[in-house]
Amino acid sequence: MLAKRIIPCLDVDKGRVVKGIKFFDHRDAGSVEECARRYEQQGADELVFYDITASHENRDLTVNVLSKASEQVFMPLTVGGGIRTIDDVRLMLSSGADKVSINTAAVLDQNLIKRSALRFGSQCIVLAIDANRVMKDGIEKWEVFINGGRKPTGIDVMNWVRKGRADGAGEIVLNVMNADGTKKGYDLEMTAAVSEEVDIPVVASGGAGDPEDMYQVLTRGKAEAALAASIFHFGQYSIQQTKQYLHNKGIVVRLDYQVQPISRN
Amino acid sequence: MIGIIDYGMGNLHSVLKAFEHVGADVEIITSAAQIDAADKIVLPGVGAFQDAIRTLHEKELAAAIIESVRSGKCFLGICLGLQLLFDVSFEDGEHQGLGIIPGKVKRFDFSTHPHKDILKIPHIGWNSLKMRNGCPLYREVADGSFVYFVHSYYVVPDDSSVIATTTEHGIEFVSSIHRENLFATQFHPEKSQRVGLQMLANFASL
Repeated sequence: MLAKRIIPCLDVDKGRVVKGIKFFDHRDAGSVEECARRYEQQGADELVFYDITASHENRDLTVNVLSKASEQVFMPLTVGGGIRTIDDVRLMLSSGADKVSINTAAVLDQNLIKRSALRFGSQCIVLAIDANRVMKDGIEKWEVFINGGRKPTGIDVMNWVRKGRADGAGEIVLNVMNADGTKKGYDLEMTAAVSEEVDIPVVASGGAGDPEDMYQVLTRGKAEAALAASIFHFGQYSIQQTKQYLHNKGIVVRLDYQVQPISRN
Repeated sequence: MIGIIDYGMGNLHSVLKAFEHVGADVEIITSAAQIDAADKIVLPGVGAFQDAIRTLHEKELAAAIIESVRSGKCFLGICLGLQLLFDVSFEDGEHQGLGIIPGKVKRFDFSTHPHKDILKIPHIGWNSLKMRNGCPLYREVADGSFVYFVHSYYVVPDDSSVIATTTEHGIEFVSSIHRENLFATQFHPEKSQRVGLQMLANFASL
């Protein structure tokens, strides 16, 4: 049976890992390779590298980081942040990424997901969404934000999810900004609504404070995978502890990752 | 020398690095002559079946691949490299494959499945292997090991004796095959951490 995935997200700035509380204020969490190796040893199911500043100089650093990581850790790698064109997607895939996560550019160029999926296959195109609960005329709306959560788009989250699926995205990462970095739990309601809407996997992001939050989003939130940064980077919970907790509560997770030497004959 | 065929479909970098990591003598190859010269062949690949098979024919690699398998050379297909070995794929129409393994390639269809609400396509993530036929690729790999998958289509061989492992995702599907010198996996050993590296080491030492 398909295991639920636990995915640490490494927010990368100038080749270092940082992760902010509530999106804007960042703290240093170590070198990327150090983090990648640590997470592989702990049994992370996948790694996400997220280039938070996404400038051109930074993109070259990200390519470098990705290419080094892919020589050292043998697990799925996703890269996001600053992906604007088909050429960016190609560059990341050829630098060792298995999946490329597209967020702002999917809004600015509403054919990018479709063209990328046709060219490289749905399996490597991830639609990442920064969603926010906003009040408009006394009614709550779920709205898509871009530019690292700074700019509202007026786009409804559920419409955006349907379009992403129709255009051939292979996976959706839903980051709910109201919850992000608060460690008060994922937005279960929005995550479940998105997951019920589409038949592609939905990865929950934003708000993990402890393994119980992950349990909740993988059950009530109907997510296929839980992404988190702060709770892992600063050593509050290891991935092993988290997976053991989920396993004890009856969730199928991959536990056979112990690093043993490879037998050569 | 193990030759990894580069025909422009997907991430060869990881396959190359994973083989190097286990100490194998490995090279990227791009021509029929190089396929003939290599001791073992790896056919990786992600993306569309139609593009892949067309490219293999255009670059005149298809005949060389068929001949290398026939000659008894050890061969490893990965993901699309498994599906391409079959007679026919129903991915976006109907397309002829290399015809090395009798059978077809079908899409997961959960439209009438009792658990259709929770079964996602693509099948992405770590799933376990149920081993069938004592395949040497899985020496030192425990039954039930988790490996990494990312695909929407799966193979249905006519002859069930080629089935090396099966995996459960809504249905029990064929996750790898083995026939004599021929090995092919739907999952990605190069992305499956220690378990996958062990398989590549096993292939290298065959």
